[in-house]
Amino acid sequence: MSDRSQLIETGKPFTFDAQRDAEFERLVPRYPTRESLILPSLWLVQEQEGWISAEAMAYIADRIGTFASMVYEAATFYTMYNVHPTGKNHICVCRTLSCYLLGKQEIVDYLKHELGIKPGEISTDGQFSLEEVECLGHCGTAPVVQVNGEFYENMNVDKLKELLATLI
Amino acid sequence: MQVKVLSTRFDIPDAHKIEVAKEHGAYSTLEKVFSMQPEEVIELVKASGLRGRGGAGFPTGLKWSFLPKNIDKPVYLAVNSDESEPATFKDRYILVRDPHMLIEGIIICCYAIKSHAAYIYIRGEYTTQAKALQAAIDEAYAAGYLGDTIAGKDFQLDVTVHRGAGAYVCGEETALLESIEGRKGQPRSKPPFPAVEGLYGCPTIINNVQSIGSLPFILANGPEAYKAYGTEKSPGTHLFGISGLVKKPGMYELPLGLPILEVIEKVAGGVRDGRTLKGVIPGGSSTPVLTPEEAKTVTLDYESMAAHKTMFGSGGIVVLDDTVDMVKLVENLISFYHHESCGQCTPCREGLGWMLKIVKKIVRGEGSTTDIDLLVELCDNIEMKTVCVLSAACTMSTRSYLNKFRHEFEAYVKSNASTQTAM
Repeated sequence: MSDRSQLIETGKPFTFDAQRDAEFERLVPRYPTRESLILPSLWLVQEQEGWISAEAMAYIADRIGTFASMVYEAATFYTMYNVHPTGKNHICVCRTLSCYLLGKQEIVDYLKHELGIKPGEISTDGQFSLEEVECLGHCGTAPVVQVNGEFYENMNVDKLKELLATLI
Repeated sequence: MQVKVLSTRFDIPDAHKIEVAKEHGAYSTLEKVFSMQPEEVIELVKASGLRGRGGAGFPTGLKWSFLPKNIDKPVYLAVNSDESEPATFKDRYILVRDPHMLIEGIIICCYAIKSHAAYIYIRGEYTTQAKALQAAIDEAYAAGYLGDTIAGKDFQLDVTVHRGAGAYVCGEETALLESIEGRKGQPRSKPPFPAVEGLYGCPTIINNVQSIGSLPFILANGPEAYKAYGTEKSPGTHLFGISGLVKKPGMYELPLGLPILEVIEKVAGGVRDGRTLKGVIPGGSSTPVLTPEEAKTVTLDYESMAAHKTMFGSGGIVVLDDTVDMVKLVENLISFYHHESCGQCTPCREGLGWMLKIVKKIVRGEGSTTDIDLLVELCDNIEMKTVCVLSAACTMSTRSYLNKFRHEFEAYVKSNASTQTAM
């Protein structure tokens, strides 16, 4: 896995787009402290950019009026925040318990072979990144794969082939 | 065996939309609720015997009554929708198929505990589910069921969805509060308990989605109607998630108290592919495993589980057949808990890492009998020596496999011994 403590600078300043700006302002009165806006703000950045750069963290800290270290702490603790760029299609395979029992390894092996990357890597064309993640809460329809937030249940190699074809 | 108490509207097309949900009874309890005193609502919930559906099974009404009297601070409700315990996948059915049942339950709870702000903490992985929930909340605001007044009653309530981002530990209630406050999810030392000092230092009630979702039925039909289901000490129904090597995995609503093997056989179709049963995880990955022999006398309620030295947990049942390698399964589980340790307490942060290294060594065929004993010793030395029970979730389950399936660990060790002799 890549080192989550290492932040990446883009060299360009970050700002919320109009939609995210409005959502941020909607949330402000919902919390009695501005620090509560850290997690929602990190999600807004990730929705907008796909990942969270050092500049975006600094922007959030300024916007909230808190220490940059608070934002960095949250961004690096919570594993769903991408502190590094991902592929255009970020594929997460559940590796825990019921998915493990029902063949997640076959899914991972197929993806490694097909995409030519290991979990934690991005394909050279930038189209795909692969990650093994802990329980996704879809144990009754295991094994499960999540691509850019969308769930694909009862997966097998044949269904993966079809899915990959739609993503390319 | 299946019943429809919480899942009444689950199969109705478009029941997630407010107009359809209302046609089928959503928000119909509010008039009755607002005609009662908040204390009367608490007493009614107490009388129903409803127990917390997140895993611990603590009586919901009793939890509410721990709030200090004559409070001069705001009271908060945090709805726990983290659902992060592996094998648990019940609450998301409520979030997606009947979110208005949850919102109605939140209104009932907030009226009873005199709270004007509720936060629904939903795990980050639930992307589509969070969207569905937010859409339902927006509908409820537009229809006058949330906001400055509720269904015409002068009672203000805001409900905010707060998304987690991939940390199992945030299902622990004080880690959840830390996460809402914008920090990393490291559990707090207790006391003070959240009912006295919780979110933003104010009195806070934290309830599971299913507990809150049970309130509209109880208010509409009365405590006796709820107690008509289940057992005397474990009344009501539960959304059970059955997964693993079983013919018909899925979410099933059942009354509490049914024999676990009968449920696996009749509701979930029994073990797949004509295999034989090897073990049952009764309530999520952290609950000690049951052998088929033990499972014969287990019923799905808190008391029976405790009598069999396991736990009801979250109702996530995992069926293990005779193809399952218990040593590798334990490796998978320890790996999960090690990854999810928040890093605050040394016994958990370091100890689970040691456990993982040892079990991996055994799986590689390089272990010895001493390593098996060392694993047991580590379990004893880690358990209950940390701020929260994440480490115990790992050690309690691991110990059960070491005790009940020790021969499988020994087989790995013996194969190693024979290799060494041959060399």
